[in-house]
Amino acid sequence: MHGFANPARFLRIARWLMPLCMVTGIAVATGALGWGLFEAPAERLQGETVRIVYLHVPSAWLGMAGWMGIAAASFAELVWRHPLAGIAARACAVPGALFTAVCLMTGSLWGRPAWGTWWVWDGRLTSMLVLLFLYFGWMALSQASEASDVGHNKAPAIFGLVGAVNIPIIHYSVTWWNSLHQPPSITMGNSAMSGDFLVPLLLAMLGFTLIFAGVVLARMRAILADQQAEARLRRKALSEAEF
Amino acid sequence: MREAIDPWTFVVASYAIGVGATAMMIAWSLLSMKRAEKRRDEARKR
Repeated sequence: MHGFANPARFLRIARWLMPLCMVTGIAVATGALGWGLFEAPAERLQGETVRIVYLHVPSAWLGMAGWMGIAAASFAELVWRHPLAGIAARACAVPGALFTAVCLMTGSLWGRPAWGTWWVWDGRLTSMLVLLFLYFGWMALSQASEASDVGHNKAPAIFGLVGAVNIPIIHYSVTWWNSLHQPPSITMGNSAMSGDFLVPLLLAMLGFTLIFAGVVLARMRAILADQQAEARLRRKALSEAEF
Repeated sequence: MREAIDPWTFVVASYAIGVGATAMMIAWSLLSMKRAEKRRDEARKR
């Protein structure tokens, strides 16, 4: 991992990896959503509304993956002072928050015909809403620490690690507490879903994950370029002030 | 009496939100990257 600590080396890799992730992700996700919408069968009990699963599950996975990315980057920043870790954490925040919001909205749209209600304050839905607020809090804290001239500010990294406690709570909420939400259909090495639904769902998850990776790499390039431009302009202003 | 609900309304609304939000995020990330890299290149030239 320390091999990527050099921003120039990272940029060399990101220049070809970012478009590759983006193009492949868009192609795979479009194919999977088309399959889910037009080819996959309706479900016996839920009927046509089951098609929402092809958007809802990938966005739930990426909402949680985004925070796991922030936590991993925060750990690398605190332990190894990896120069790109803070940038990676900042790059994960917006796509993670967006997919969490999409998960909540599509879940609500699925809940209305399936459960007869847009929202219930049960463990799964509430912990997912808490995740969205954690993202908002983390982004505000990160911007505040960026704006302050205190130097290396550890607060966002500590918040990123502490907030990771919510991820297992989200995952196990449906088994720990009574919920209208169904228990996990896909677990490690096992699936309760028929292949008719599972294959397009796994493809949608792969496609959206590649899009997420592409967006994170694009965000990292943008933040890095902003920092480099800022440093260059600051050095220039300083050298001009000396003469 | 059961309320009549058209499931496709909910499916189409979900796809519009999910696909629209993802497309906007892709466009925003690419545009902000291009803008930042252009700004860096201009700062280097000065």
